[in-house]
Amino acid sequence: MDLTYTPEQQAFRAEVRAWLEAHVPGEPLEHFDATREGFEAHRAWEKTLKSGDWGMVTWPKEYGGRGLDLIQWLIFEEEYYRAGAPGRVNQNGIFLLGPTLIEFGTHEQKQRFLPKMASGEEIWAQAWSEPMAGSDLAGVRSTCVLEGDEYVLNGHKIWSSRAVFADWAFGLFRTPGTERHKGLSLIFFPLDAPGVTVNPIKKINGHVGFAEIFLENVRVPAFNRLGDEGQGWHICMATAGFERGLMLRSPARYQVAARKLAELWEAHKESADPSLEADVVRAHMNADAYALNIYQTASRLIAGAKIGPEASTNKIFWSELDIHLTQTALSILGPTAELTHEAPDACPVDWIDDYIFALAGPIYAGSNEIQRNIIAERMLGLPR
Amino acid sequence: MDFTLNDEQMMFAETARTLFSDSCTPDHWRKMMEQGVVRDDARWASIVETGLTLVLLPEDAGGIGLSETDFALIAQEAGYVALPEPLVESAGVAMPMLAALAPGHDLLGDPAATIAIAHPLNPFVANADSAAAILLEKDGEAYLATPDQVTLTAQPSIDPFRRLFKVEWSPENAAPLGKADWDLALDRACVFNAAMGLGLAQRAVDMAVDYAKERQQFGKPIGSYQAVKHHLASAQVAIEFAKPVVAAAAAEIGARDVQARARVSHAKLIALEAADKAARASIQVHGAMGYSWEVDVHLFLKRTLALTQAWGTPAYHRARIAARIFTQPMGPDQTFAREAQNA
Repeated sequence: MDLTYTPEQQAFRAEVRAWLEAHVPGEPLEHFDATREGFEAHRAWEKTLKSGDWGMVTWPKEYGGRGLDLIQWLIFEEEYYRAGAPGRVNQNGIFLLGPTLIEFGTHEQKQRFLPKMASGEEIWAQAWSEPMAGSDLAGVRSTCVLEGDEYVLNGHKIWSSRAVFADWAFGLFRTPGTERHKGLSLIFFPLDAPGVTVNPIKKINGHVGFAEIFLENVRVPAFNRLGDEGQGWHICMATAGFERGLMLRSPARYQVAARKLAELWEAHKESADPSLEADVVRAHMNADAYALNIYQTASRLIAGAKIGPEASTNKIFWSELDIHLTQTALSILGPTAELTHEAPDACPVDWIDDYIFALAGPIYAGSNEIQRNIIAERMLGLPR
Repeated sequence: MDFTLNDEQMMFAETARTLFSDSCTPDHWRKMMEQGVVRDDARWASIVETGLTLVLLPEDAGGIGLSETDFALIAQEAGYVALPEPLVESAGVAMPMLAALAPGHDLLGDPAATIAIAHPLNPFVANADSAAAILLEKDGEAYLATPDQVTLTAQPSIDPFRRLFKVEWSPENAAPLGKADWDLALDRACVFNAAMGLGLAQRAVDMAVDYAKERQQFGKPIGSYQAVKHHLASAQVAIEFAKPVVAAAAAEIGARDVQARARVSHAKLIALEAADKAARASIQVHGAMGYSWEVDVHLFLKRTLALTQAWGTPAYHRARIAARIFTQPMGPDQTFAREAQNA
């Protein structure tokens, strides 16, 4: 146990900090889910990142990464959030599909997809849920039929984050005649392929952050299947492990938010309810506990461990801490809490938007109810 | 940066686990409660024999000079069995304080002896009657007295194995030991009681899981129902996010700065909150059985309740965390920051 950074790790932090200080846009970009312009501005930022070789620091160099370890990734993320750098428009790709491709893909697949993912040239949406397959993901009905060296895809996907403006999507498809977890395959398809129709769905914040996707006889090469036919569920669970376990929500995100909350409290404590200080302290504690948990997990993975069902605890913890933190900010703001960023008297930090965003946390990437089932069944051994 | 335990540490924890699981079962508690005793001499002898009381003592005081990280692992195992004997307060707090003040003191070499400690934050002293001596505080100075040199007034606790006393004494009847580090004693007590809390919490969850697999209602084990599952999953989440905080607090205790103190307080708060959540979920899952004296869960609830308010109330510890938040830089690069680097 050694909770100090090595000189190399400190030098790495300094390098990241210097690069970000020189490159992070001075003005925040328009949100990538708000408009095509906002989306493209974020794609341009991904290219800038790649120009400094910061696209995805943990990936092998031959696939567009830097070959760094998870502690360095955490340092990079800390500096990234500290610098207020733009959100990662390609997070479905770099944080979810990327690690799965590295684990399950062939060399050719990695060469084809990873470098363009790291550079933002191809931005990814996820296409898991269907109207009749939400929490019960094994109920997927969309089909894939192999014809020669092509798959023909048919079906209806929904709640696909980023699908409105993204280039590619990955999703689960069923070999006709199979049931439940068996017979599912993970297949990639371009969102502009003939037969693909994308209908935007407005979120409660008014942004078109997700979409439904209709597939009608969409033809993709068999090369676009990750793993063997029928192995999709297994691969998908591994992806979900990364998503819930480590990469989807950097601890740094909440540490920045906890700092901003402490600043908000200091500015308002003369007029706000004094009992709210306990919540400000709690928000810091939660962000700190989350960071320590991720450092511990990263250390264990570096030492050779694998992510297990305990990954489900992370998703519950960060989604609940996010709601508590942003709700505390709204309580401190009192009557100005409801003002949108367009209001002249609104707080410069858009807490109400952060709160609305936080409310999605317990729902996506597997609802918290499903996560609690996973913890109960796979960590604690309770019967199904 | 390496946030993992080494093999030696895991082995030591395993040794403690085996010792406690063999010698401190619910049957043992029951017998002790019937007899009205809070110390099992045979168990204490095996604890001493295994070296668990020597972990934090420096080598020049006859100890093995390990770290708070090592002792915290033992404390966690002690929590898992709700150990009646005052291993944490004696071997984790009082003995190291005595060793720092008087490295050659006879009591340090007495294997059967436990030492009680009257910390200024605690109005009552646990297990003062069975201690070989009590460490007392006046104006920051430490004094040592035997139980018959002081006046003990029993203050029965809800925890049948925490025998509390109000201690009245005068410096004329006690041996002066000089200025003592009461803050370090507090930090150690908090980290080790937090570690105990992790053990208490996990045991409460484990007992409920065992019960929920067996107990049938509506033709199925109650553990197959989501309402039951979710109680226990939530308790487990609380445990999983207390563990790394306790580990970091133990590892950083020696830094003695505002960040280290905040983390110690954080550990104490959330580990005992996790224990409270787990014990109450466990009672709920056990239903009416859980409310009965016969089922053992209440012992874990009561120990948790006692430790939550002892060694600094939650408000005291929140204030120490607030001090870190409002006097030191915050943010993602500050997780392992030190006060000296910010000065």
